[in-house]
Amino acid sequence: MKILVAVKRVVDYNIKVRIKSDGSDVDISGVKMGINPFDENAIEEALRLKEKGIATEVVVVSIGTSANHDVLRHTLAMGADRAILIENDSKLQPLTVAKLLKAVTLREQPQLIMLGKQAIDDDAGQAGQMLAALLDYPQGTFASALEVKGHEIIVTREVDGGTETLALDLPAVITADLRLNEPRFVKLPSLMMARKKPIETLSLAELGVDTASRIKLIKVTEPPARKAGIKVASVTELLEKLRAHEGVQL
Amino acid sequence: MKTLVLAEHNGKELSQSVYQAVTAAQFWNMPIEILVVGNNIANISEQAASIAGVSRVICADAAHLVHPLAEDVAKLIVNISNEYQVILSAHSSFSRNILPRAAALLDVAMISDVLQIQSDNTYVRSIYAGNIYTTIQSADAIQVLTIHGSHFTAAASIYIKAETHSIDAPASQHHARWVSETRSQSDRPALSFAKVVICGGRSLGSAEKFEQVLSPLAAKLGAALGATRAAVDAGFAPNDIQVGQTGIVVAPELYIAVGVSGAVQHTYGMKDSRIVVAINQDPDAPIFQVADYGLVADLFEAIPALTAAI
Repeated sequence: MKILVAVKRVVDYNIKVRIKSDGSDVDISGVKMGINPFDENAIEEALRLKEKGIATEVVVVSIGTSANHDVLRHTLAMGADRAILIENDSKLQPLTVAKLLKAVTLREQPQLIMLGKQAIDDDAGQAGQMLAALLDYPQGTFASALEVKGHEIIVTREVDGGTETLALDLPAVITADLRLNEPRFVKLPSLMMARKKPIETLSLAELGVDTASRIKLIKVTEPPARKAGIKVASVTELLEKLRAHEGVQL
Repeated sequence: MKTLVLAEHNGKELSQSVYQAVTAAQFWNMPIEILVVGNNIANISEQAASIAGVSRVICADAAHLVHPLAEDVAKLIVNISNEYQVILSAHSSFSRNILPRAAALLDVAMISDVLQIQSDNTYVRSIYAGNIYTTIQSADAIQVLTIHGSHFTAAASIYIKAETHSIDAPASQHHARWVSETRSQSDRPALSFAKVVICGGRSLGSAEKFEQVLSPLAAKLGAALGATRAAVDAGFAPNDIQVGQTGIVVAPELYIAVGVSGAVQHTYGMKDSRIVVAINQDPDAPIFQVADYGLVADLFEAIPALTAAI
């Protein structure tokens, strides 16, 4: 079984992103970048399926410029077999990403496609579901556990109020939640070895997808800030303030 | 043209978020219809028909929809989509699973977790875990979106009922099947809609302490319990009570953060709360920057003292 894992290069989760002075967009020039955390869970799970002898090949795909090589090398160092870079230097909406990933799916014919459940930059959480729709494959979103049984994959999903378990026919699309696994650390020798693994480059033209965006970014702003309040010295003072100043019935 | 609200329910009652979604739907000034999907859902359709401002309830009642799957519901939405200019729902694991699939089948964009509707195709939503607000415009003929429930007041329930229209659901697609579910059993109010939320962080130290320290206070306040990602990852609390960017977003009257450091990924999930109280031993914890009342104290002393004093 071949697994295709889609990964996004995003601003590191520890960085507080700034806005350009004209408010036209966020300013991420020179900011530390890395693999989207949920995508790292997806790749980790794919590698575990390979180590169990269930998957035979793990192929990673990312969309972006040559700067994405760092993220792809990271996944190759984790253990992925090869990588594909779809070259693009403009902002893409999730539907376009899904269309590009569909084109790659048709070329690669994987039995399982894995993505993170959302990217921590735009927080849309749509690409996996959209890809499943375009391929007419079943979807297992927000996965916290997976098990392949014959032609089916059993997926436990994290949902509001608990968990839900589904059985999906393969091929299927899975989106990973953080508790799916603990991604492995990459050691330096693996990073060196990963340099020998191939990264194929595809152009948008080769994939034949219209990437014109139908979503227009008008402006970005700072959210209304919540002001820090006061420090109280004791539980008694806290209760007194809540009762007297906030009208809380305690 | 009309606006369609996809209704979430648990098989017995309509989710309170549907009332918020109806308020959001009113922005377009078109007839509002609610789609209820499930099995044996006459009661739920009736609740939906009683929401003020709703002109019709579309009811898809079929045996295979007892646990609605994204594959089936998305197809159902597409089948009826030609009457609607707007398709929306409140942002939740239910809508996040279904609506992107429906949008892709319709070849239109989806706008996730809308904070504010500015015009019939222009929205404010947050990115980077709530650190940045962005205003975006969708050129698509059908607008598909989820709304950030706590930013919209709930529509009222009234005695006059809108008509209910039953439709045939497309047959099951058979590529996905429901196996089982686990639902948290709790006498506490639902986290998303609780008036008071007590949220515990990693400082609680263990699952036993988490329960032992926070439960008595929750019982006295009639509060729901939440947890930070760190506390959930450490196994102190179940995943479905995680508050934050990747968990549940809450906006209660009173939010009490206990031993919570206050990472942005967490504050994303609670910063719309009316009053925030933070109790933490570390005076420099970032949570104090968003708290109305901060108490620097050992939570193992402060929480029992607070519980006793109420």
